[in-house]
Amino acid sequence: MSVDLIGCMGSLLALRDVDARYGQVQALRRLSLTVDEGEIVAILGANGAGKTTTLRAISHTVTRTGTLEFAGRSLGRRGPESTARLGIAHVPEGRGTFAELTVGENLRLGAYARRGSLRDDFRRVFTYFPWLEKRSSQQAGTLSGGEQQMLALARAVMQRPKLLLLDEPSLGLAPLVISEVFRIVRELNQREGTAVLLVEQNARISLATASRAYVLEVGSVAYEGTSDDLASRDAIRTSYLGY
Amino acid sequence: MRISRGTAYGVVAAVVVAVVIALLPLTLSDYHLSTGATVGVFFVAILSLNIVTGYTGQISLGQGAFMAIGGYTTAILTHNHGWNDIATLPVAALVGFAAGVIVGLPALRLHGVYLALITFAVALAVPQIAKNYSNFTGGTEGLALPTHSGLWLYRTAWIVAGIVFVLSWLLLRGRAGRAFRAVRDSEVAAASSGVALPIYKTLAFGISAAIAGVAGSVYVLVNNFVNPDVFGLTLSLYILIGAVVGGLGSLWGVIVGAAFVELLPLGLTTAHVSSSQSVPVIFGAVVIAVMALIPLGAADLLRRILHFGSKTKESVQSSLGTEAR
Amino acid sequence: MTAISLFQRTTWRPSSSWIVPLAILGGVVFLVIGSLRSSLFAQQTVSGLANGGVYASLAVALVLIYRATEVINFAQGAIATFTTYIAWQLIDWGLTYWLAFACTLGIAFAGGFALELVAIRPVERRGNVLTVVIASIGLLILVEGAIGWIWGNQVKFMPAPFPARIYHLGGVAFSLQDLGTIAISIASVFVLWLFFQFTKIGLAMRAAAVRPAAARLVGIRVSWMLSLGWGLAAMLGAVAGMLAAASPSVLLQPSMMDGILIYAFAAAVVGGLESPAGAVIGALAIGVLLNLLGSYVSWVTPQLLLPAAFVLMLAVLLVKPSGLFGRTRVRRV
Repeated sequence: MSVDLIGCMGSLLALRDVDARYGQVQALRRLSLTVDEGEIVAILGANGAGKTTTLRAISHTVTRTGTLEFAGRSLGRRGPESTARLGIAHVPEGRGTFAELTVGENLRLGAYARRGSLRDDFRRVFTYFPWLEKRSSQQAGTLSGGEQQMLALARAVMQRPKLLLLDEPSLGLAPLVISEVFRIVRELNQREGTAVLLVEQNARISLATASRAYVLEVGSVAYEGTSDDLASRDAIRTSYLGY
Repeated sequence: MRISRGTAYGVVAAVVVAVVIALLPLTLSDYHLSTGATVGVFFVAILSLNIVTGYTGQISLGQGAFMAIGGYTTAILTHNHGWNDIATLPVAALVGFAAGVIVGLPALRLHGVYLALITFAVALAVPQIAKNYSNFTGGTEGLALPTHSGLWLYRTAWIVAGIVFVLSWLLLRGRAGRAFRAVRDSEVAAASSGVALPIYKTLAFGISAAIAGVAGSVYVLVNNFVNPDVFGLTLSLYILIGAVVGGLGSLWGVIVGAAFVELLPLGLTTAHVSSSQSVPVIFGAVVIAVMALIPLGAADLLRRILHFGSKTKESVQSSLGTEAR
Repeated sequence: MTAISLFQRTTWRPSSSWIVPLAILGGVVFLVIGSLRSSLFAQQTVSGLANGGVYASLAVALVLIYRATEVINFAQGAIATFTTYIAWQLIDWGLTYWLAFACTLGIAFAGGFALELVAIRPVERRGNVLTVVIASIGLLILVEGAIGWIWGNQVKFMPAPFPARIYHLGGVAFSLQDLGTIAISIASVFVLWLFFQFTKIGLAMRAAAVRPAAARLVGIRVSWMLSLGWGLAAMLGAVAGMLAAASPSVLLQPSMMDGILIYAFAAAVVGGLESPAGAVIGALAIGVLLNLLGSYVSWVTPQLLLPAAFVLMLAVLLVKPSGLFGRTRVRRV
């Protein structure tokens, strides 16, 4: 059952009947979802359900059709560069860090699309990730998995995005590191008001962090609701969320 | 032996092409016949490149060197030792094979663009060596060879081309061909399946060099002359252009590629499109345009037109890393 | 997922070898000692370095484009020759040498940028690496043909930027020409390095070269970075061309850079195709080694220099299959 929330005023991000394909394979079918300002929304579902593809459709790193609107403007045929400049930061699967460049350079690249002094941005980033400051000249590829995830997040912070797209942030990380990452995500959301659209296999921590969630199945929304709602319904929990 | 529909079409097409080639001399002048012979030479040379690169996935830009080796073998044997020209062809093939194996052995250690550039350097180095040891090779003045009529050259070139084509076709259909393709598609998978990588990779080099050697021999006969510049930079580049325009991994594209590199520049000159100075400009522009429009070559275009929908072709391109976006 | 792809991206790993820097240090020590002991050695080393400087400029241009696109630009030498002809033309029309030099650099940048837009992008759109390489060969033929068409095939005389002065130092004669060539080629590569290290655009270009997909996600317009790269490469090529033409042994003709391009390839390969520093070291090494070989080994005639370079390339690659500073690829079966 999919509640049609479109037409509701003030959604930061609205997807309507979005299709996406990899070559001949259809990955998303008439997908619709919304994210409001300041919300944390999770996308859950089994492997191959289309979670990562949804984020890629938004940043236009996959072929897509349908209606996508962000902050009142159509995302239309904009490429990923243009979408990023609108204020959408996509931290992809695999983090997208520039392993060959230094930590400092990675951060500076986060703010590429912005003008002016970066001093304040660096200060902000170092309050969230104090350990990054000492490592500025370290090559990003030599960081551990957890550190690279934090670096990816830090880079997104430098972008000062209105919307943060996070793809599987917990992948390959130890539990302690995972909770740290999610703590920072929540802090970012509360302090900066950044909206977050989160794709995660780990449904438990996603529902604990997000206020709302969509459950995808074969490229469309199968269920949606508040986190409490989804977590409390046993049928959904066991068949879709795995716990 | 089960013959697929594709193979049946292929055989029919081959016969048709062969008949056309056989009948062409009736309409062409002697000069044009020797041009036709040159097309035959390029056919064989591009075929040799296709075997080592298109089918085995090892990028070799050194066909010019093997042609030089074969060509000089023929020249030295006929000029200095009085051999009969045709008799030198098998010798050229053998010498070429040996040279190919010698190159193929260190090549085992190299891949991709490094292999390409090293073989390219070989192609340029060999003529320089020929220039240097001039008492042996006639140096820059070169060696002269007995002349033949255009018709003789045409027939020789295309008979050789035909033989090489059939032999290659048989080879590529057989066990060696499957091994080559396995090497191209995934060395790791091939080795895990028991394909002796060093043997097949070196074999591919050897065979391709043998064929190129024969091409060189015929080339030398067509020009009735040899000197190091005959086998210079331009030759290796044109063979590469011909192979890609024709389509790598396809025996059919070879004839299109050969015709393209030999006939187009000639056609531009004779058609007096503009001054002869502008011919390279136009030819270069056409090459760029062809690459923009038909990135995978004529063979790919043909395939798409005829809808053979051959999955094998797609996997060729993807395993070479050369699929279109 | 294939193991043999034509130009496969390697997975990144930090370089850990100390052998290569040690070998280079050893080479430098050898050259210094030799120069102190023999004035002929010193002179040949310096003129070898000058040749190497020319190769280095062209080699770095090749690496620039290769790093960003995995394409070997076969037309790099021809473009360099074309821009050198433009410099000749400007001087012929009355400009002073250095003014013509500067203008040529600007024209080269614009030309390289435009070439990428017009000739390469349409091919890149639907093709793959090999297709673009063939297009660059087409460009090579086109540009060399254009030079002959516009200016004719006879050799032109290119004035030398430096007066023909000789300096004597401890009994060794150094020509100003050689010293100037070394200085200018090193300086141009250095300035380029500064640009890449310390400017925002330089950083963006580096990012676009190593991780184009990630670069797009931070808002970098990767295709423009590519065009910029071609522009900068053309500028470096112009430097190489003008320095080469100034040398008495090189004649200004359409095929001027054909041989030098091969040495530049060799230098880039020896250095590791993704490393500009490697290309410079490789180029200087090749320049010096070939010069010394030519002077000291009697049977190495001028025709054997190119084969000698090839042997050098092979020797390095057999030990380090991805070049001195290239990224090693591990393939286990």
